[in-house]
Amino acid sequence: MTKIITTKAVRLKYGNSEALHGIDLDFEAKQLTTLIGPSGCGKSTFLRCLNRMNDDIPNVHISGDIKFEGHDIYTNKTDLVALRKEVGMVFQQPTPFPFSVFDNVAFGLRLARIKDKALIEERVIESLKQAAIWNETKDVLNRNAQRFSGGQQQRICIARALAVRPKVVLLDEPTSALDPISSAEVEQTLIQLKRQYTFIMVTHNLQQASRISDQTAFFMNGDLIESGATEKMFIKPKRQMTNDYLNGRFG
Amino acid sequence: MSKKDTENLKDVVNQAIDSQQVVHVKLKDIGQKDVDIDKLTRPSKETHQEYWGRGLSYLAIGLIILLVGSIIGFVGIHGLATFFRDHVNLWQFLSSTDWDPTSGPNHVGALVMIVTSFLVTLLSALVATPFAVAVALFMTEYASKKAASFLQSIIELLVGIPSVVYGFLGLTLVVPVIRAIFGGTGFGILAGMLVLFVMVLPTITSLTVDALNAVPKHFRQASAALGATHWQTIARVVLKVATPRILTAVIFGMARAFGEALAVQMVIGNAVLMPYNLVTPSSTLTSQLTTQIGNTVMGTLANNALWSLALLLLVMSLFFNILVRMIGKKGAK
Ligand SMILES: Nc1ncnc2c1ncn2[C@@H]1O[C@H](COP(=O)(O)OP(=O)(O)OP(=O)(O)O)[C@@H](O)[C@H]1O
Ligand SMILES: [Mg+2]
Repeated sequence: MTKIITTKAVRLKYGNSEALHGIDLDFEAKQLTTLIGPSGCGKSTFLRCLNRMNDDIPNVHISGDIKFEGHDIYTNKTDLVALRKEVGMVFQQPTPFPFSVFDNVAFGLRLARIKDKALIEERVIESLKQAAIWNETKDVLNRNAQRFSGGQQQRICIARALAVRPKVVLLDEPTSALDPISSAEVEQTLIQLKRQYTFIMVTHNLQQASRISDQTAFFMNGDLIESGATEKMFIKPKRQMTNDYLNGRFG
Repeated sequence: MSKKDTENLKDVVNQAIDSQQVVHVKLKDIGQKDVDIDKLTRPSKETHQEYWGRGLSYLAIGLIILLVGSIIGFVGIHGLATFFRDHVNLWQFLSSTDWDPTSGPNHVGALVMIVTSFLVTLLSALVATPFAVAVALFMTEYASKKAASFLQSIIELLVGIPSVVYGFLGLTLVVPVIRAIFGGTGFGILAGMLVLFVMVLPTITSLTVDALNAVPKHFRQASAALGATHWQTIARVVLKVATPRILTAVIFGMARAFGEALAVQMVIGNAVLMPYNLVTPSSTLTSQLTTQIGNTVMGTLANNALWSLALLLLVMSLFFNILVRMIGKKGAK
């Protein structure tokens, strides 16, 4: 198996307080990895390091080594646009722009200066199909994307992220703002796609993690406690702390 | 009923009173001696305060409605007298350029003022908007907090300057420059437009700043995560999302320009001549009002004709208001 993203000794400080105390974690290509752990342990912070979304927050200091396909992504020469085309992101709250469904999904393509209308249309349709939202949107591609249900909006956002054909998609609690039916739909979508893309997902829902992920990493207070194949970890965790967390003894 | 039950009931009733919920309690179920039943029927101090507060605010609202009503009524009665008592034709009023009300009802045409008012308003808003949006973008997207609040205070200062000062500056700085460049007197629409440009700029800018700040942060994040540069995010997301509110800002600016009298009157020339170019003297609805109202006698046609101009201004400000509301509704969709 190939490692698509590797991280070594990643430390991150917000001002003076250190939120990540040296994380070493590698991600397999075409696998779904979930990051779990109690609130405030640094899951989102770590996730945002992987496509440099922390760059926009003032006073952040990051050290360590993060590589995407063997290339350091924290050099001065790294092109953020190119990086984020390869490593897309989906947020906790569905964030469709108040434009039409079509314009939402085409957003990244147009950013990349793709002018070919036929190609854009083809990609939009393909992405909507991949995100399992095509049937609900095919007749209303011109409708404002905010006039859909939360689950539909989130799948439109997944389609939007997929449209630029990223290799990795980061998802920060993509279903936690959704009702059970909508989140089941999103889960289903991820299961169908996980052989084509590399997903790295933060979740608080342990059942969800066990249902859909191949790999799991358990964070606690800014440290990586344990990582490995999901099945193994859930059945027989190596560390006592992991065991306690999985059994709901804290967090 | 046991003593314990009564205690419980008492608690329930008191809690309900405290939380101001309505509860249906069969009073006869409660022992008369056990619960202070008067507490339920006697208006509390809070209720009294509520009556007073509500009464006062209704009174204030009533007064304001009366005031607005009588203003509209007064302007309406006098403004319409031109048409109903002096039998001026409405179409003629709106389409004729012959303005000489002292010579009789066939000489009451306001087209010059209407055209000039619209021209200075549209032109000043047209020129001010790009500047305002640029300044607002700088303040919200690029400037440090310090620089932004410095600019903010400059804008507030500009808003606070009385219009007569703007007019005076226009008269001593703008008019001579125009005269030097284009010849003629220097008075006219161009001078009016330039003065109004400075006057509406802060209005449009500060409302545009609000519009840009109202764009949710998560849109910017989502856009950045899709590989947009800062500028791409501004152009393709922020401005697009804020457009309805920016338009509202522009209309507020136009309303201010349309209604401005003093400063415009000082630089426009005040001749009732059709403006075939931007540098000959002309007259707006407001400048005609301010310069002429002292020269007419109440009740005469000349006076009523001026009231008709005032009515037109009133109708226009109503129109601007409706426009703002319509855009607001469309933006909310
Ligand atoms: N922008 C920020 N500025 C300062 N401190 C921050 C910032 N964002 C997060 N932190 C801090 O960093 C730590 C890790 O936060 P993070 O959001 O990564 O946790 P999380 O594991 O994602 O939690 P949750 O499950 O609640 O989302 C927390 O202590 C938090 O207070
Ligand atoms: Mg988080």
